[in-house]
Order: sequence, then structure tokens, then C-alpha cells
Amino acid sequence: MQFFLAEGARLGLGLIGVISLVAVNALFLIWMERKVSAHIQLRPGPMEVGFHGALQTIADALKLIGKELITPEDVDKLIYLLAPIVMFLPVLVSFLVIPFSPTLLIRDLNVGVLLIFAFSTLTVLAILMAGWASNNKYSLLGAIRSVAQNVAYEIPLLLTAMSIILMAGSFQPSVIVSQQAKVWNIFVQPLAFLLFIICGTAETNRAPFDIPEAESELVAGFHTEYSGMRFAIFFLAEYTNMFIVSAVATIFFLGGWHGPFLPPVVWFLLKVYALIFLMMWFRWTFPRLRFDQLITFAWKILIPLALLNLIVTAFVLKLVR
Amino acid sequence: MSELFSLAGLSFLMIVGMTLGGAFIAVGARNIFHNVLGLALSLFGVAGIFLFLNSPFLAMMEILIYVGAICIAICFAIMLSEPLYRPRPPRKPIKLLGAGLGAGLVFVVLAALVKKTAWVPAAARSDDWSVATIGHYLLTKYALIFEAISLILLVAMLGAIVNAKNGRGREES
Repeated sequence: MQFFLAEGARLGLGLIGVISLVAVNALFLIWMERKVSAHIQLRPGPMEVGFHGALQTIADALKLIGKELITPEDVDKLIYLLAPIVMFLPVLVSFLVIPFSPTLLIRDLNVGVLLIFAFSTLTVLAILMAGWASNNKYSLLGAIRSVAQNVAYEIPLLLTAMSIILMAGSFQPSVIVSQQAKVWNIFVQPLAFLLFIICGTAETNRAPFDIPEAESELVAGFHTEYSGMRFAIFFLAEYTNMFIVSAVATIFFLGGWHGPFLPPVVWFLLKVYALIFLMMWFRWTFPRLRFDQLITFAWKILIPLALLNLIVTAFVLKLVR
Repeated sequence: MSELFSLAGLSFLMIVGMTLGGAFIAVGARNIFHNVLGLALSLFGVAGIFLFLNSPFLAMMEILIYVGAICIAICFAIMLSEPLYRPRPPRKPIKLLGAGLGAGLVFVVLAALVKKTAWVPAAARSDDWSVATIGHYLLTKYALIFEAISLILLVAMLGAIVNAKNGRGREES
């Protein structure tokens, strides 16, 4: 009984913590994106609601909650309703293993990194479900593009991850972090970091890789037919995915929670948000790629480079050890 | 029987239900996209069974490769096949019977094999089941199987290249 109470409390607290983090993070990131884009384009951005528009996304969220949930005719109803849930599920699971500090983590699994990668593949399935079930040509085109893109970019992503895992000799996030106490991996594996950030940006469908929802061609891509909170869940999942990709990059390359003076959690969050800022910077700097350029870039440049990186890593490790 | 009503037992039943239910959708549904989703659900259940066998690495690999890659690859195949809105011809009883017999035969053989084999619990055979050990075995004791699998992949790749050799749109000329 005692065991169940303790585990139940742990799980409950973890879930509440994760859901609050997801919500607050998304609210903050959407405000941050609007501010960053505004300042890059020399305009002030939202200014009216709250201090420098800080409460703007809360107002937007309230508006979305109040909106009618429209289910178009001729959609594949069950799949149409399931898609946002399938989109959100892997996002929640990934937080299970992210080590915010040596003590602040829900489960320290020895397959932690694999868990994140495995569940993040569900996102593609969710996008495909949403696009296909919507019974709309723009949605379907967005979904098809998304699948082709995610399949192409997942290969170099996993290959670069493998070179880090080879170095650490473990899939456990806390082990990978604690091995970077002296030297961060970004100084040992700069090419891998570059590849990882490019592929991470592509995996989260962010510009310049946002062709699945390219608004100038496809209305809103795979979530064209979704309204109200269903649309908001896709949005929430996208911004949380940005957080997760940045968190994994922090674990792999930026030494996780390591850093002087400040507490570990603060260092971790600082690094994560710095990477997210970098991704926003990409979005407002680079134009969107054409579809065939995007796929060619993945197959002809990224994958050979990632393979080369992996082979060189393996050779050097064999020589050193 | 009481074991089935514990927390572990209930989740085991759920996982088995997921596997079988997904399998039925994968075989029975008339919409090919539903088939793929059913297959994904079923494979997710299989990953759960691996978790129950205390093999989280294989469970994660199951999700990563089968749900994440194979199902998506099947979706690619669907996109290349004929349009979904066309009415599908009714199933032929002969085909159903053949498929049922084939699958039933495989099931009977596998069940007989399972029944005949004297299973030794993994803990009794060895206490080292780390990924390193699995990798070592794959490259020494089970090298032949490993190579056979890579041969299949090579054939698949050659087939893909042969299919793609002519490129898109050049067929008319």
C-alpha cells in the first residue's frame, strides 16, 4: 500500500509538473516568437495586453477555448479526433526522462534517449492521420510532405545521436550529461552539433523546413481543418517539440545541467532557451526551401556527413581506448 | 487467476488486447489507411510485451523501427498505389480461405514449436543481457543470421534501385 501511495504521488506530481511546464512553456514561447520576429523585422510586436504584451498569448488561449469545435463533413471521424491526441502523447512521454538537474527528473531510464527518439516518431503518424482524415487536398499534401521530410531527416538525426551515444557508451541521459563535466561535447563534435540542430529544426517542421504547413502554398497544411482547442493542441505540441529537441541537444552537446555559480536547473533551462532562440532566429532569417531542394539536402549532404562523422568517431574511439 | 487482477495483470491484458485488436483491424478493415494504423497499434502492443519480458531496449527498438519506420514506409507505398476514393471490389471467398489457411498453418507450426521447446528462463541461462552482450552475440555466435538479414536488405535496396532507375516521367518517351 505504502509503495502504491508513494509511486502514485510521484507519478501524479510528475504529471502535474509536466503539464504545467508544457502549458507555461508554450505560452511563453509563442510570446517570445512574436517578440523575436517583431524585433528582427524592426517592429515592436504585441504591446497592449500586459507588460510588453506578456499576457497576449493568455488572451489568445482564452479566445481559442471559447471557439466552436468544427468537425467538417466527410472527415474520417475517429481518426480526425484521435490525431491531436496522438500528436500530444509522445510529447508528454518524452518529459519522463529529461534530466533537468541531477535530482529533478521523473525516471532515470537506461534507454532514456531511445525512448525520446522512439516516441517522437509517433508525431509523423499523427500528422499523417490529421492530414489524411481531414479529407482536404491541402491537408493531405501537407501530410505527405511531412512524412517524406521526417523520414529523410530522421536518418542523419539518429546517426549523429549514435556518435554521441558511442562516446558516452550509454543511452542514459544522466550518464551522457555527467560525462561532460569537464568538456562539453560541442567542442569534441562540432559537426555533429551542426547536423543535429539542422535535423532537429527539420523534425519540428520549423522554417526553413516548414513545408508541411507552408501557408503561402497549403493554407495551413495538415491542420487546415482543425479549429479551436484541437488546433491549439497541434500548436502546443509544436512548441513543446521545440523544447524537447533543444533539451536533447543540451543533453548531448551543451553539458546538460553543468555550469558554474547558478543552480543546475537554471543552467539547463538557460541552455535550452538559448537553443530555442537560435531556432527562432533561423525561422526569421532563412527563406523556405523548395521541396525537392529540401529532400536533396538531406539525402545527398546530411546523411553522408552524418555517416562520415559516425565512422570517424568510431575510429578515434578505438584508437584512444 | 488472481494474478490477472493485479495492476501488472491488468496492464498485461490491456497490452494483449491492443496487440490482438490492432491485428484484427490490420487484417479486417476495408480502408487501407485504417489497416496501417491497426498494424501500428498492434506493433505498439508487441513493444509492450517486450517491456513485460523485462527488455526495454527491444521495446524501444520495436517502436522506433516498426511503428516509426515500417508503418511510415507502408504509408509511402499507399501514396504510390491507386487512389483511396475508388470503390474497392468485394473480397473473394477463395482468397479469404487461402489467407486463413496460410496464417492458420503458420500459427499451428509456431504453437507446436512453442509447446515442444523446453523454455529456460533468461535469468537461469545468463545474468548478463546488456546491449553489449547482444551485440557481441550478433557478431560471433549468430553471425550467419545477421549476415542473412543484411543480404535481404541488400536485395531490397537493389530492387528499389531497379524500380527507380527509369525515374519519374521518363516512361512515356
